[in-house]
Amino acid sequence: MWIQILLVIGVVVVGLFLARPGGSDSHLALRRLFMAGFVIVAIVSIIFPQWLSWLANLIGVGRGADLLLYALVLAFLVFVATTYRRNVAVNRRITRLAREVALARAAAEDAGIERPQA
Amino acid sequence: MRCSAQPIAFCKNGLMHAPAPSPAVDPRRHAADTWIVIPLYNERTVIEQVIVDLRVHFDHIVCIDDGSVDGSAAVAASAGARVVHHPVNLGQGAALQTGFEYVEAHPEARYIVTFDADGQHRVSDAVEMVDLAKADDLAIVFGSRFLDDRTNPGWLKHVILKTAVWVTNLTTGLRLTDAHNGLRVIRTDAARRIELEQDGMAHATEIVLKLGRTRLPWKEYPVELLYTDYSKAKGQSVLNSVNILVDLLVR
Repeated sequence: MWIQILLVIGVVVVGLFLARPGGSDSHLALRRLFMAGFVIVAIVSIIFPQWLSWLANLIGVGRGADLLLYALVLAFLVFVATTYRRNVAVNRRITRLAREVALARAAAEDAGIERPQA
Repeated sequence: MRCSAQPIAFCKNGLMHAPAPSPAVDPRRHAADTWIVIPLYNERTVIEQVIVDLRVHFDHIVCIDDGSVDGSAAVAASAGARVVHHPVNLGQGAALQTGFEYVEAHPEARYIVTFDADGQHRVSDAVEMVDLAKADDLAIVFGSRFLDDRTNPGWLKHVILKTAVWVTNLTTGLRLTDAHNGLRVIRTDAARRIELEQDGMAHATEIVLKLGRTRLPWKEYPVELLYTDYSKAKGQSVLNSVNILVDLLVR
């Protein structure tokens, strides 16, 4: 079935996306293209409800609603992947910040030990 | 076969240890140029004894308090350690990196010894590892509990640790016999060339990977891990090794 091939490819692409080192600019561009595609498909499906079912039948899915569900699963995977990446990046920043604070405080204390405050 | 006539304990000691240090050897020979870095997170009951034991041999003991909530930091400070405070809990890897950067600000520091706060390392092992680093001009000495049979971690922990060793060797290209052993000697020039980015427990593999990439000379040294009831209760759970694996593979 076509849908199985498409879904497997989709899952693999998400996996690669997750494993790739983050090039932030191209990531952002991909996210925006994805978003634009999502909006267009949503509008087309609203205006021509039969179109979704036609597309579903074309690739071997029974109903348009099923196709929607599959697409949703993929979209959720993308969401999980990007959220995970963002979490890691935010944690890196918090760590750097906290380390700076810790070291600055220690340096101030060390300076205080060497020459007590007047 | 000379050994077989002796009690077994004597055999092991005779094989694994240098002869007992003669009184002429200064027990504080590394005190001036060696900094001990201890990641500290909620170890109030044991940290004092660990620091007291270390201070017999070393002057510079830095505890990175990783946001402890049980008063560990105050105990460590009163025992004579220099305590650097993380404002929030970040993880053991982050604490080690903070410790490295703190020590690097001291130009008289030549060697960093990473030491666990839970009292499972022997101070004499640390001293001997710095001896080895100085004698053989090594940048890194990794402690290994699997170079001799003094340490018996139990079969489950053995399997987990050996798996960790396998993964570490696979990803780093080094041939180590132990991984996730907190006792290491790192010369400050080697420490300067690495930055640990794994805040959690996966740093133990990351540190091997990054130190290996420096291509500086390294060796392993047989150490004994003292599995007390305390350290057993606090030790890595089986499920956490799954977390470590995922942290390493997905970045």
